[in-house]
Amino acid sequence: MKLKFINLIFAAVTLLFSTNVFAAETIKIGALFAVTGPAAFLGEPERNSAKMVVDEINKAGGVKGHKLELVVYDTTGDATKAVQLATKLIKDDKVIAIIGPSTTGETMAVIPVAEKGQVPLISCSAGSKITDPVKKWVFKTAQNDSLAVGKIYEYLQKSKQTKVSILTVSDGFGASGREQLKSQAAKYGITIVSDETYGPKDTDMTAQLTKIRGSNSQAVICWGTNPGPALVAKNAKQLGIKIPLFMSHGVSSKKFIELAGDASEGIKLPSGKVVVADMLPAAEKQKKSLMAFVKDYSKHYKAEGDHFGGHAWDAVMLIRNAVENGALTAAAIRDQIESTKSFAGIGGSFNYSQADHAGLGKDAFVLVEVKNKDWSIVK
Amino acid sequence: MQLDQILQYTLSGLSTGAIYALIGIGFSIIYNATGIINFAQGEFVMLGGLFTLTGLQLLHLPLWASVPFSITATTVIGILFERLAIRPLRQPTPLNLVIITIGCSILIRGLAMLFWGKDTHAIQSFSGDNPIAIGGATILPQHIWILVVTLIIIAINKFYFYHTISGKAMRACSYNRRAAGLVGIDVRRMVLFSFIISSAMGAVAGIIVAPLTMTAYDVGVMLGLKGFCAAIIGGMSSGISTVIGGLILGVLESLGAGLISSGYKDAIAFIILLLILFIRPQGLFGKADSERV
Amino acid sequence: MAKPIRNGFESMKKDFFLFIGFSIIIMMAPRFFAGGYLMNVLVFVGINTMLAIALNLLLGYAGQISLGHAGFYGLGAYLSGVMTTTLNMNPWLAMPLAALIVGCLAFMIGLPILKLKGHYLAMATLGLGIIMYIVFNETIEWTGGPSGLSGIPSLEIGDIVFDSDVKNYYLIWSAALAVMLFSLNLANSRVGRGLRAVHDSEIAAQVLGVNARLLKVEIFALSAVISSLAGSLYAHTMTFISPTSFGFNFSIELLTMVVIGGLGSIYGSFLGAALLTLLPEILRGANDYDIIIYGALLILMVMFLPGGLVRGIPTLYRKIVKVKSEANHA
Repeated sequence: MKLKFINLIFAAVTLLFSTNVFAAETIKIGALFAVTGPAAFLGEPERNSAKMVVDEINKAGGVKGHKLELVVYDTTGDATKAVQLATKLIKDDKVIAIIGPSTTGETMAVIPVAEKGQVPLISCSAGSKITDPVKKWVFKTAQNDSLAVGKIYEYLQKSKQTKVSILTVSDGFGASGREQLKSQAAKYGITIVSDETYGPKDTDMTAQLTKIRGSNSQAVICWGTNPGPALVAKNAKQLGIKIPLFMSHGVSSKKFIELAGDASEGIKLPSGKVVVADMLPAAEKQKKSLMAFVKDYSKHYKAEGDHFGGHAWDAVMLIRNAVENGALTAAAIRDQIESTKSFAGIGGSFNYSQADHAGLGKDAFVLVEVKNKDWSIVK
Repeated sequence: MQLDQILQYTLSGLSTGAIYALIGIGFSIIYNATGIINFAQGEFVMLGGLFTLTGLQLLHLPLWASVPFSITATTVIGILFERLAIRPLRQPTPLNLVIITIGCSILIRGLAMLFWGKDTHAIQSFSGDNPIAIGGATILPQHIWILVVTLIIIAINKFYFYHTISGKAMRACSYNRRAAGLVGIDVRRMVLFSFIISSAMGAVAGIIVAPLTMTAYDVGVMLGLKGFCAAIIGGMSSGISTVIGGLILGVLESLGAGLISSGYKDAIAFIILLLILFIRPQGLFGKADSERV
Repeated sequence: MAKPIRNGFESMKKDFFLFIGFSIIIMMAPRFFAGGYLMNVLVFVGINTMLAIALNLLLGYAGQISLGHAGFYGLGAYLSGVMTTTLNMNPWLAMPLAALIVGCLAFMIGLPILKLKGHYLAMATLGLGIIMYIVFNETIEWTGGPSGLSGIPSLEIGDIVFDSDVKNYYLIWSAALAVMLFSLNLANSRVGRGLRAVHDSEIAAQVLGVNARLLKVEIFALSAVISSLAGSLYAHTMTFISPTSFGFNFSIELLTMVVIGGLGSIYGSFLGAALLTLLPEILRGANDYDIIIYGALLILMVMFLPGGLVRGIPTLYRKIVKVKSEANHA
């Protein structure tokens, strides 16, 4: 609020002294994040990161003289609200691009609004179906969950563990993961011997795990976001399940290790590179952006930046780069984003094209393992 | 299908059920003294867990000191709740009271979100995490804690309601508030007492389940809902039948998840409960004429 | 809670003019807000008004609680959505068909459920709502599960496609006004009087020849049918549905709308729905504090307007006038 006020005064003063100088107009960007509600673990870092990077761009003088303005609304994770607020952003706030929403369900709901309003939508959620099939105005910065599944299956195939059990949460994230786990299994020669789910608010998963223990599976893959997978890890330890446990990228933050405690040791999961930024080789293209993001985030919010926040960071940067290339209208920004090539962001190295609005390849993920309460890269 | 699997489902169900039971008793106590179905009961559970966290991490108290700190803090909130929201009500119709408690539950949850943030927090177990084997099944030491504390609380309740003056007075209120008032019982005071007891009990439940379920500002919603169901199956009693209600619910869920389908486990539990209610519309333990509303 | 018996003819005439006036205001509204985001919110006020009226018929008139009405709302939305997407049915056919299915289902479930009383009824309806929610979530082949169902067609009449907020406003509010008119008539009819009798004392009503049990089940089914229609309309205006919109929380929100608006009052249901739909929009500026303000307002409203908005506002007004005139005299 205060910052806005100072900005306002600043703008007024600049205007006063530069009446003859061309004053570049502000670029208004909308953002829909689930800042509260069950998906707050996504929405909060996303909002924080987006605000942080917009502030920094403005502090550095904006983009080609244009200041960026971010209008953030909280969708509370509710698809209905997301649609209403997307309408508000387009009709009342007249934004030229929208970042978000945080979850796949909300994004699917908002897509028709963005398509009809002809405003580029850069989703921060992972569902593959957001950009498959390609929609003219819709992009995404979050890695497809199909990539995450591929990463795990590749490893399992290599280590000849072909019978797996899956345990997914019954919300949008888990359902999308489950779909991918089932559809890609055959490609890697994997059979799913037990397919279980749990509710997002469940407090005990021993029943499902007991069933899995009774099956002849060689690995368990759990697909969910905190705190469920931490409970699964603890319950698995209680039941003495010895087969390896895999998690999704939904828990790749220190929070998971903190919640699961000792039970997290040895768990493997696909993750964006942000959690292992300092361990990456110096030649890695993304390293510079990653280190900058991690440093900034901890400076601003006294917390660890995660790859969810990274999705919003990438989205803002995509728009920034488009504006720098001279795009000032919604349509021009869309075209610019579509022609973005090898942009090294937080989520990976983005290459968009007319046929691909997701922009990322398999190298966006690394497989990490929890060792001594910290991440390590699985070679 | 092996026997030790069934045993594990049952044991898991019983330990989850004990949690529901403990929360359910809190519902029943307020309901019996006041006729209020307190939709904010789950928030007391949440507060119990989070205040313990504050005691442990912010004030650096040991566990044995954090527990009474948390119970006291939650009880203070319970007292404020009764004083500020329930007592001033001019038309305490059951529905108005329901909306008031819903409002309070939203308010408490919102304040907790601001105070503790949106993250989930883990709390260490009271006596380690080494599983205890029973037959082919395992439980954790924390489950034993839950079972023991539930039993102790039932015993204390029994003693309080049947062997102390104020407990008997509260029972009198539950049978007939006006008559209780006429014989000189201070009904309003009993209402306050019921809030003190059930907020303290909610806190206890929240504290002992937190190491298992973890805690966050929004855990109260689901736990409250399940506790509410336990209380109703038990016929809104503040004794053993609510405990049985909770255990039934827990075991149904667990068996449903293990034997039929984990996705439908809550639905299975509710379908069975509905069938029970259809066959016995007066509740599982109620007598035919026990309609108190 | 029973209303005083009024002179039938007089009150009907008054009600008629009140309704006409209300309809004119509603239909004129887009002239003032057309185009903006508010239009979109007002569409939701219309949908919620239908739902609140549906629940009010059950709760305010028949005195039977339901904590699972979001389930019927969702069932209407999903039946309509699935029939129009996978079966390619015409929405105008799908909507009444959905309502018919929901109505029959509600009637059959209503027979055993409404034998229950008090908190057992609350629990049973709550369970029913949760079961329906789980079904929406788990039958992924049909409903799309937690990720939702998209691509539901908009309604069309001839060349008009209801795909903008203004068009949807007229569509939804025509339906909402029809539901209001129907309910107002019902409340003042023989059935309405029978219902209120059941509300006050079921035994007395039975003695007077009202078939209380059947009447309760019928009103339960009717209430479900209205909710289902609202759900279908929601599905066709949003063109996307997901289970989160039909959970336990929404059942509770509906209950709050009815009580805050005023039990047993059709206009009260409108006020309750309007207030609870607009409030989050007004509070949006308060960021994370909005939920706290929302909770506090609920408490304060029940405290100071215990009879609901529809009875509370006139009382409050009279009090203020009285205080003012007393102040003037002093």
